[in-house]
Amino acid sequence: MVVELFLDLLSQPCRALFIFAKKNNIPFVFKHVELLKGHHHSEEFGKVNVLKKVPALKDGAFTLAESIAILLYLSRKFNTPDHWYPSDLQKRAQVDEYLSWQHATIREKGCKIFITKVLVPLAGQPFSPETLEEAVEELNSALKQFEEKFLQDKPFIVGNEISLADLVAIVELMQPIGVGCDIFEDRPKLSEWRNRVEEAVGKELFQEAHEIILNIKELSNLQIDPQLKEHLAPVLRKMMK
Amino acid sequence: MGLELYLDLLSQHCRTVYIFAKKNNIPFEFKRVELFKDSILGRKMPGGNNPGHSREGQHCREEFGKVNILKKVPALKDGVFTLAESTAILLYLSRKYNTPDHWYPSDIQKRARVDEYLSWHHTNIRTNAPKTLWIKVLIPLFTGQKLPPEKLQEVMDELAISLKQFEEKFLQDKPFIVGSEISLADLVAIVELMQPIGVGCDIFEDRPKLSEWRNRVEEAVGKELFQEAHEIILNIKELSNLQIDPQLKEHLAPVLRKMMK
Repeated sequence: MVVELFLDLLSQPCRALFIFAKKNNIPFVFKHVELLKGHHHSEEFGKVNVLKKVPALKDGAFTLAESIAILLYLSRKFNTPDHWYPSDLQKRAQVDEYLSWQHATIREKGCKIFITKVLVPLAGQPFSPETLEEAVEELNSALKQFEEKFLQDKPFIVGNEISLADLVAIVELMQPIGVGCDIFEDRPKLSEWRNRVEEAVGKELFQEAHEIILNIKELSNLQIDPQLKEHLAPVLRKMMK
Repeated sequence: MGLELYLDLLSQHCRTVYIFAKKNNIPFEFKRVELFKDSILGRKMPGGNNPGHSREGQHCREEFGKVNILKKVPALKDGVFTLAESTAILLYLSRKYNTPDHWYPSDIQKRARVDEYLSWHHTNIRTNAPKTLWIKVLIPLFTGQKLPPEKLQEVMDELAISLKQFEEKFLQDKPFIVGSEISLADLVAIVELMQPIGVGCDIFEDRPKLSEWRNRVEEAVGKELFQEAHEIILNIKELSNLQIDPQLKEHLAPVLRKMMK
């Protein structure tokens, strides 16, 4: 039985998985879970992931949530090339270090920008420029740490080749790009790293994965599911506090 | 030069590393970091003119700054190799010292379950549980102000949601998160949940399943080691006698104000 990946390419972690699976020719069935239509709240999807989040994996009777867990699972099951998650203890530790650190920094702050600029208005809530400004400032701080601690003067986070760390990082940084926050502008080192990652992944695959987020204006024509709107209202209000 | 672990046992992430290393008899030098005395959080310290600065303290700070630019604990130094982030440190130690399989099972599906928990933990239990310490102890200590009870209630409500998910998705009816033996997942979870306990928020009360799991974890770790690791957090009242470094107070003030919003 073929692995099923439950994805919405609007979501950063889903993009990381999509790119990883495709790049490594891992056979999988793309199960589209449309977040803005509230598909992740369906009973059917709840059986795959009771946490009601994407991405999720189904491999026979085995189900798995959390993109990092899924990436690692696929890398092991399909024996992907060493550079993605190096067998060298110290290099591997550096990948783990980035994957752990990014949760509360790059990921959280990048998400906040997206939520403030797109999700909040879509859900009919008032847009707050102060919240956006704060989110941008926080992301700037995270980006500084990213450059100083993780990237430094290396071509990739863990030396000479792309790894899961770079992949997980790049998809998060494309989220603010998609909503008009050009975080690569005035950051030449980061910009060069982005180009290297895009090339290592393959431009075509990279563009394919990012088509939705980079054409976000199409979204403003979108009708967000009313039940989802209702569900999101308190969640968003709390996030925007 | 041997393995050095920079730890403050007030921090839950440090306790995980401490317990893991001790339980597995991993030889290490305990480099004690006192978060609120050593001003590790934040900017570089100026030269030795500050009151209450010991020369020893300053030396530790400089050395520590080199070890971890992120200036957080825990941190590891293994020869010239330095590492931050407790998850990364735990995995590195488990591999380098070939710890028993159950900590991070070689079976890829069981291993995936540990990864799944470790990932989810970051954005759930780890964002909620520590706030209890901040609200009940640290913020009042730093600002001299007590927070209204609604603030704590808000945090407890959020934590309740995470705990519900923990029980329903991760623990279910199993003795441990990944089956019949303790793993890194249980260890990372338990230390975080001891944070609210330390400040008088008994999250195990009225949660029998969670309570039984806690007892099993404590036993698997070894009661003595578990108690030793948790001595500081369980005697938190001692903290109120602490002299907080004034520069640290200043540095943290905006961060704290934001947390209090």
